[in-house]
This record gives sequence, structure tokens and C-alpha cells, in this order.
Amino acid sequence: MTTSNWIIVAVVATLVVLGVALIARRRGASVADASHGESHVVSSAAPAAPARTVAPAGVDVPQDALEKVVVEPHVVEAPVEVDRSLRSRLGKARGVFAAATAAVRGRGGVDDATWDDLEEAMLRADLGVRVVTELLQPLRAMAKKRDIADADAAIAALRSAMVERLAGADRSLHLEAQSGAPDVWLMVGVNGAGKTTTLGKLAAQQTRAGRRVLLAAGDTFRAAAGEQLDVWAHRTGADIVRGAEGADPASVIFDGIQGATARGVDLVLADTAGRLQSNTNLMEELRKVRRVAEKGSGVVSEVLLVIDATTGQNGLSQARQFSDATQVTGVVLTKLDGSAKGGIVFAIETELGIPVKLVGLGETIDDLAPFDPVEFVDALFDE
Amino acid sequence: MFDTLGERLGSIVGRLRNRGRLSEAEVDEVLAEIRVALLDADVNVTVVRNVIARIRIKAIGAEVSKALDPAQQIVKLVHQELIGLLGGDTLQIAYASQPPTVVLMAGLQGSGKTTSAAKLANWFKRQGRQPLLVGADLQRPAAVEQLRVLGAGIDVPVFSDAGDPVDVAARGVAEARRVGRNVVIVDTAGRLAIDEEMMREVRRISDAVSPNYTFLVVDAMTGQDAVTVAQSFNDVLSIDGVILSKLDGDARGGAALSVKEVIGKPIAFTATGEKIDAFEQFHPDRMAGRILGMGDMLTLIEQAESVFEKDQAEAAAKKLVGGEFTLDDFLEQLQQLKKMGPLQNVMGMIPGLGAQVKDAQISDDQVKITEAIIRSMTPAERSNPQIINGSRRSRIARGSGTQVQDVNRLVKQFAEMQKMMKRFGGRLPSR
Repeated sequence: MTTSNWIIVAVVATLVVLGVALIARRRGASVADASHGESHVVSSAAPAAPARTVAPAGVDVPQDALEKVVVEPHVVEAPVEVDRSLRSRLGKARGVFAAATAAVRGRGGVDDATWDDLEEAMLRADLGVRVVTELLQPLRAMAKKRDIADADAAIAALRSAMVERLAGADRSLHLEAQSGAPDVWLMVGVNGAGKTTTLGKLAAQQTRAGRRVLLAAGDTFRAAAGEQLDVWAHRTGADIVRGAEGADPASVIFDGIQGATARGVDLVLADTAGRLQSNTNLMEELRKVRRVAEKGSGVVSEVLLVIDATTGQNGLSQARQFSDATQVTGVVLTKLDGSAKGGIVFAIETELGIPVKLVGLGETIDDLAPFDPVEFVDALFDE
Repeated sequence: MFDTLGERLGSIVGRLRNRGRLSEAEVDEVLAEIRVALLDADVNVTVVRNVIARIRIKAIGAEVSKALDPAQQIVKLVHQELIGLLGGDTLQIAYASQPPTVVLMAGLQGSGKTTSAAKLANWFKRQGRQPLLVGADLQRPAAVEQLRVLGAGIDVPVFSDAGDPVDVAARGVAEARRVGRNVVIVDTAGRLAIDEEMMREVRRISDAVSPNYTFLVVDAMTGQDAVTVAQSFNDVLSIDGVILSKLDGDARGGAALSVKEVIGKPIAFTATGEKIDAFEQFHPDRMAGRILGMGDMLTLIEQAESVFEKDQAEAAAKKLVGGEFTLDDFLEQLQQLKKMGPLQNVMGMIPGLGAQVKDAQISDDQVKITEAIIRSMTPAERSNPQIINGSRRSRIARGSGTQVQDVNRLVKQFAEMQKMMKRFGGRLPSR
């Protein structure tokens, strides 16, 4: 765990800070012109750091742990008991494309302004420059060849290109354990994405579908995260296994899985503490959680990354890093009932191949629905 | 935090070096790249359009200084724009003449309100105030419990009760008056900006407590929606500033760059990291420099000044350049350094170190290991590490609970550092 360059980095920091403190004083702390002096000190001292690059403290994930033979895998659809359709719920926040499509239709023909308007609408929905460019380039080419003649055709072509991009993914939630062993669904994500709430809603749906569910309170860091999960256990009638605050999350989840096996529970829903994907130490901790969960008597059949729909281009980095640490099997896009559009899932699906499986649409137990690409895209275009 | 945007802009600008005057077409090419960099950083689409238009006018028009090369010109224009976007002066808190000063926290679910409320309470405490936290988030299960745990950790009392959040908030302020706390921070439930009923509720809380400051907590990872949210909350609550949370991730903070431009309210504080003291006032001018890779030396100087003893620092610096710096001195400096907050944050402020720091992943635990190794050495070994032989090495490793290789590495790198400092000492500007 000890890397070699941090000592040098610490030394450099010490030196810099010393130099800064001295120079600041010598100038009577005249802050305005201090920066020149310091950058001199720093530029001489800093090069020590980059010279030493060290391989990251890599933790090998044992391959055999990942390639467990699954006997008779069966797949269940997430039970949906939402009376209102995804589309009508998403409709609450419609209009992101409406202004653009209205302007495009108003001009009737297809020219550069058509594509600029649509591009801007897509960027506003957080699709990202790269995805937007990839979607629009073929359409622009078609328009040049007169294959797209008018505004309606342009809008229709974009709509089907977007649906096409999200087509063909396996969005079902998997249950793969044989009888006598529980399935384990692990929730991961950054702070505040909605992991615990999603887990509570899943618990409600799965208990209603007749499964015995146990919640493993692997968020031992955030104050009162365990209490929050207790409330969900109480509401849904699920069992719960908690550790002390600050306990090792991997062992709490492991205990949960073992306890579930002993009690004949069908499904363990394991919570983890929110963490930013740039925090290497916490991501290593999560890697260990995933590894240790595999060693329990159950089968880890889903690792669900919870992403807030308001997330911008950082969502791609989240998906990449969390997937690297825990082999994410699906995304849950939460808070889609707000004004955010969640367009980042286009990049996550197509660049990383991780399917969106569920969407969160509100605060009640039933506000968790399967993701439907057609409804999702239609909601963007709703006028 | 904003490093990635800085790197992107830096590489665009780097390619312009040693070029003569830029033609209009070349300027447009550069601006197109800057546009993509800003959009990838989640800067609002409208804001990007305005910024690019303004830079273009200045770059092509008469405002270009003849003294600067094209790269410098573009940097200067971008820097000016960034400062403009981030807002002018640092928000200074004016305390109510009739205490308590009431602060209302609002924001979307999961933006970090409760954690930020506790961090803000801790900040007020460090300013010599006596804060009271009020838990008016009665929606999320265990939110009040979370606030109580956080409050206990920083020794700040927490008031809450079951019932109506408006009523709880009002009673919280009364409670502060009763027990003589001079700052009240009211934590509210997360809510969607389009949820009219919930927005009316927060408005009623605001009317009931008449806050001196209303802060909107915005997640640094927010995309284009940040501006919509800020606008909606500002319409209902008239916010005074933004608290930007989770800035320690690799988010590029474009949301931060957009809010000031769109609603005219500054970023007041930034929250980074898991620790309660990772919370700072926001300085727009410094942040603009940081984005362009100029580091944030002013904040570093201020922090250093507040923790380093002047005489000690001078003595250590003298030893350093004279090559007499011992492991004892190093240990002493590490102690001082720790007081400046998480090491990663300190390193982030040093110009040019951004990328390396991210790779290095220095954690404060690793500093502890260094300390353990040095503390396991005898005074003679600390002042003259050359005498450390094989048996001393294994003794030190045993004593500090590390491996012999760790001890070796420390000794070797310390020697290299001493050599480097001797060379560097000769080049130091005369005092």
C-alpha cells in the first residue's frame, strides 16, 4: 500500500509551504505580489515529484471468483407495480427539446440552423459533445444527399437514431443463485446519488413479489445511514444486518450474506457508502467489498451503479471507475422526476456498454420503474 | 477539481506557443476547441455561447495587446472571462446586529445539505461563533439522526422535533435565542425545483425564520440542470449564495462557472472531502488562476501563515538550503503541515503539481507511516541517516510496524531530497 513517490511529494509540499511561509512574511504578507516569489520557489522544487511514477497499488481480482459457474441461470424482470407509466411521470419535466423542435419546424426546411438547434437541445439534456456529434454527423450527411428533406423528417430521424443507440441491451435484473443460497445485489455510487432510497424501493418491490429479502447495511461511514436503512427494513418487512459505525463494510456485507443463507433468505440487498470515484483508497475498499461478497455463500448477480439524473459529463467517469472496481452490471438512474434529463446515460451505455436497468421517479416505494429507451427518448421530444 | 478543464485549456494554449499573429480562421479554430472543453466541463450551453462570443470579439477586435504572443493573449482573455463568470469578490458574512444570524440551507435531494450544514456550523465555530443546528428535514428517514451525529462530532447542539418542518424551524430559532446561540443553521429536506408544493413549503420555512443568508447547496457534478435549479430556487427563496459540494471528485465544476452568470449570485463556500473541516470560503480570482493551472498560492500562503511558527519556519528553511535539514526537522515540518488540513488539498494548491498529485494519492495515513518510521529511529539516526545499517533498519521496521523496504525508501529519498535542496539552495534568490 505504500507507494514510493508520496514521500517525495510530502517533502516537496513541506519545502513549498516553508518557502511560502517565509516569503509571505518577508514581504510583510503583501499578498498581492507574493505569488511571483512563490512560483519561483515552487517551479524549482516541484520537478522532484513527477520523476517517480509508481504503479498503482493494484489489487488483483481473482479471476476464478468472477467466473463462477452458474447452473440454470434464470432471469426475472423487475416486478413493476407502477400505475402511472414512465412516460407520464417523465412528462412532468418535458420540454427540453420542445423549443428546439418548434423552431426547426417553424423554418420548415433543413439547413445548418436545424442541426445547431437540435445540437443545443441535446447538449442541454447532458448527452455530451461526443455523443451529440456522433448522432448528428450521419444525419447531416443524409440531409446533404437530400435523404432528409424537411424539418419533420430531420426530427424523426434524430428520434430514431437516439432510440437505435439504446436498443438491444439486456435490462433485466438477474437472479442466478441456486436454491439454498441467496442472490446478492450490490448498490454502489457517489455520495447522495440515492443508493439507500433505491435499495429501500427494491426491497419493497421484491418482498411484494414474494421473495424473502435481507438488507445488509454496508454504509458504515455516513452518520445514521444504518438508521435510514432500519426505517426501510421496517417499512418493507425485510430483515436487516447492521454493523457498528465505522465497521469494515466488506465484513458487514459478508455477515449479511451468511446470515441470509442461514435464514433461507432469497435476496440480499447490500448498501455501500457513497464515495467519489476519484478517491482511490475508498475505491480500493469497494473493490474489496465486491471480492469478499463473492466469497460468501451467495451469488452476486447484480452490481447496480446509482447515478443521479442531474449528473453531467462526470457520470461517464463515475461509470468507468465504479465498473473497474466492481464490474457494474447495470445503472439505476435516479431523480428523473425533476427537471434533469439524464442524457449522460447515452454515453455510459454506448461507450462502456453498461445498460440502464431502472429509473427512479420519486420518493414513494413504487417510484422505481424499468428503463424503457423508447419512452425515455419520447419524453425528451414531448411537446 | 477544476484540474481537467485547466489541462484542456492548457493544451489548447500550448499549441499556440511560438505562433505569430492569429488569423480570424485560426482564432475560430481555437475557440471551437475551447467551446468543447467548456461543454465537456458541464458549463451551461448558453453561458458557453456568451463566453465564446465575448472572447471572439476581443481576440479579433482591437483589444489585443501587441506585447503579448497569441498564446498569452488567449490565456489572458480566458482568464478574464473565468473571473467574470466566477464572480468578483469573496462573500463576506455580515452578522445580524440582533443575534442570532439565521442561515437557511436548501437544495435538491442528495446535494449534500446535511453534511454542508454541519461543515458550515464548524466553520462558524472556527470564526468564534456559537452555532445551533436545526434539523427541519423531516422527510428523509434518519436525516435528523445524521445531523445529531455530525453535531455531536463538532460539539454543536442540534435542535429538532417531530411535526411540521415550518414549525420546527421557527422553534429552532427561538431555541437559539433562549440558550444564547448567535448563529442558527436550518437544514431543510431535499426537494425538486419543479415540485411546487415542496417549494411552497421551503418558502414558508423561509418566511417563518427570516434568514439573513439563504444558501443553495449544489453538487459539483451537476450537469446542465444546475442553472435551471438555481434559477427556480432563486425565484422562490432569493438565495444569497451557493455552497458547492463534492468538489474533491474529478468533476470539472462547470456548474460553478454557470450559476453566477445566470442568476448573479456568487459561490460562497466550497466543500471538499469527507472530513468536517474540508470547507472553505470561495475566492473567485484565485479559482480562475487555479483552473488555468496557475495554482492557488494565496490560499496556501494564508493557511501556512496561520499554522507555521515564524521563527521555527525560518530556522528550518535555513537548515534546508544549508543541507543541514535532518529527519527530526522533517518530522517537525510534517506536524505543521498536517494542521493545514488534508494533504491532498494542500498539494492541489501548488501550481503545476495537479496531475501528479492525482496519481500519487497521498493520504494522511501515509504521513502517519512516515512519522512512525522516523519516530522509531534514535536521535543519532535521525540527524545522520547514513549510519542506518541492516540491523538498525530491521529494528526500525519492527518498531514502526513497517517493512524494511519502507525504511530503505524513506532513507534513500531523504538523501536525494537533501542533495536536491543543496543544489537548489545555491539558486535561491538572495535574501
